[in-house]
Amino acid sequence: MKYPVYSVTQVNEHVKSLLDMDTALSGLFVRGEVSNYKLYPSGHHYFSLKDPEGSLRCVMFRRDAMSLRFRPQNGMKVIAFGRVSVYPRDGAYQLYVSTMTPDGVGDLHAAFEALKARLEAEGLFDEAHKKELPRYPGRIALVTSPAGAAVRDMIRILGARWPMAEVYVVPCRVQGAEAPAEIAGAISWVNAQDAADLIITGRGGGSMEDLWCFNDEGVARAIYASRIPVISAVGHEPDVTIADYVADARASTPSNGAELAVPDQNEQYGALRHMTRRMGKAVERQLGESRARLERMGENRLLRDPMTWVEDRRMLLDRQQERLGYGLRALLERERRDAARLAASLDALSPLKVLGRGYTIAKGPRGIVGAVGDVEAGDELELRVSDGSIICEAKKKMKNEKGSRPVLPEGL
Amino acid sequence: MAAKKLTFEEAMARLEIIVGLLEKGNSPLEEAMTLFEEGTALMKQCSKALDQAEQKVSKLFPAGDGSPVEEPMEEMES
Repeated sequence: MKYPVYSVTQVNEHVKSLLDMDTALSGLFVRGEVSNYKLYPSGHHYFSLKDPEGSLRCVMFRRDAMSLRFRPQNGMKVIAFGRVSVYPRDGAYQLYVSTMTPDGVGDLHAAFEALKARLEAEGLFDEAHKKELPRYPGRIALVTSPAGAAVRDMIRILGARWPMAEVYVVPCRVQGAEAPAEIAGAISWVNAQDAADLIITGRGGGSMEDLWCFNDEGVARAIYASRIPVISAVGHEPDVTIADYVADARASTPSNGAELAVPDQNEQYGALRHMTRRMGKAVERQLGESRARLERMGENRLLRDPMTWVEDRRMLLDRQQERLGYGLRALLERERRDAARLAASLDALSPLKVLGRGYTIAKGPRGIVGAVGDVEAGDELELRVSDGSIICEAKKKMKNEKGSRPVLPEGL
Repeated sequence: MAAKKLTFEEAMARLEIIVGLLEKGNSPLEEAMTLFEEGTALMKQCSKALDQAEQKVSKLFPAGDGSPVEEPMEEMES
């Protein structure tokens, strides 16, 4: 008996025709989670869709993929429409995807983009509106779930960095339909009670649906309206939510939020030590300058010890006198002799002696009379003689002719 | 200067001002010494605050009428 031996191609073709003939498989919706996603240079998308029990190979050709309004990522839950057939080359059957949308809440991404655009146009993301975070917050409110790793991490990091800050956990849900109202409500309430200097709101990582509450419009408006500065700390990098855009500061994770919120106490110690050093140096320098000024003043001996200065001068004078001493004595001797002779001739010339020889000294209204011009006719004159004075009146004045000698009284 | 106790933030701010003044060196010596003393006291106050700080954590939420209720934070569970 001859059993048929088929070629590989024949087998594959057979399977293919079987599948292609099946109505259900020629156009169907499939729900699953994207995995092993790869985008080839050709522009074709290759991935698998899986559920808890199994997985299905998929391909989406470039032409079809152009209609995608999101970027497929591993972990994303999607609903794909296509047909199942066999690719004869490798004998594998796969889903040829013609369209694909995120599963669950409709087109999440489109909703996100639309809301983002609208709120941005309204100015909710404006830099000018963002408040500065307090440097040393005294009270910090954590608007988040009271359970889970996120709140634990934040409390731990805040405690390690800045135990001085009081931490208040304001509990709320952070996923599901009720979450947005609770988050927005908590933020508004903290403001109303003025219960904190800083608010951190957020949660740990998750799928886009998990984080969706932080894309809620109500939450965005509550953050915008908050008088107290808000740090949004949602999920992991690179998740960015609407809350991140509106907040006064955005953290990549809850832990990062705690780091942004407070200084590090070790750094603060360092800053204090540094300032103390600077103060000490500044004062030292100023003291040094004052001391130097005093030293310079001290070099002026007059100020340092006036009496010493005087003594020095005296000594100097003494020495000078000594040097002069011998010469001086000789000089004095000579002068004494001269002085005696001088005195004799001075004596002879003394006005008093002159008066005695018959000369008078006349004083007029303008002083001693020495020439005819010193007197006017009618002036009163005082004549000084050796033993007194005579008051008389000038009657007439007569000037000598040129060249004549002064007239001496008779007898001289 | 009032004896009113400054907050940590106020103390740090005043300390920075004092350091700046002293480094400028324009104050007369007498005043510089006074500033130095004030600065040292502030530095001690801030260090002490850091040393003695103990983190306080509690739950805070509104009662029925919206007034704040404070409760100790229970032991963390996953």
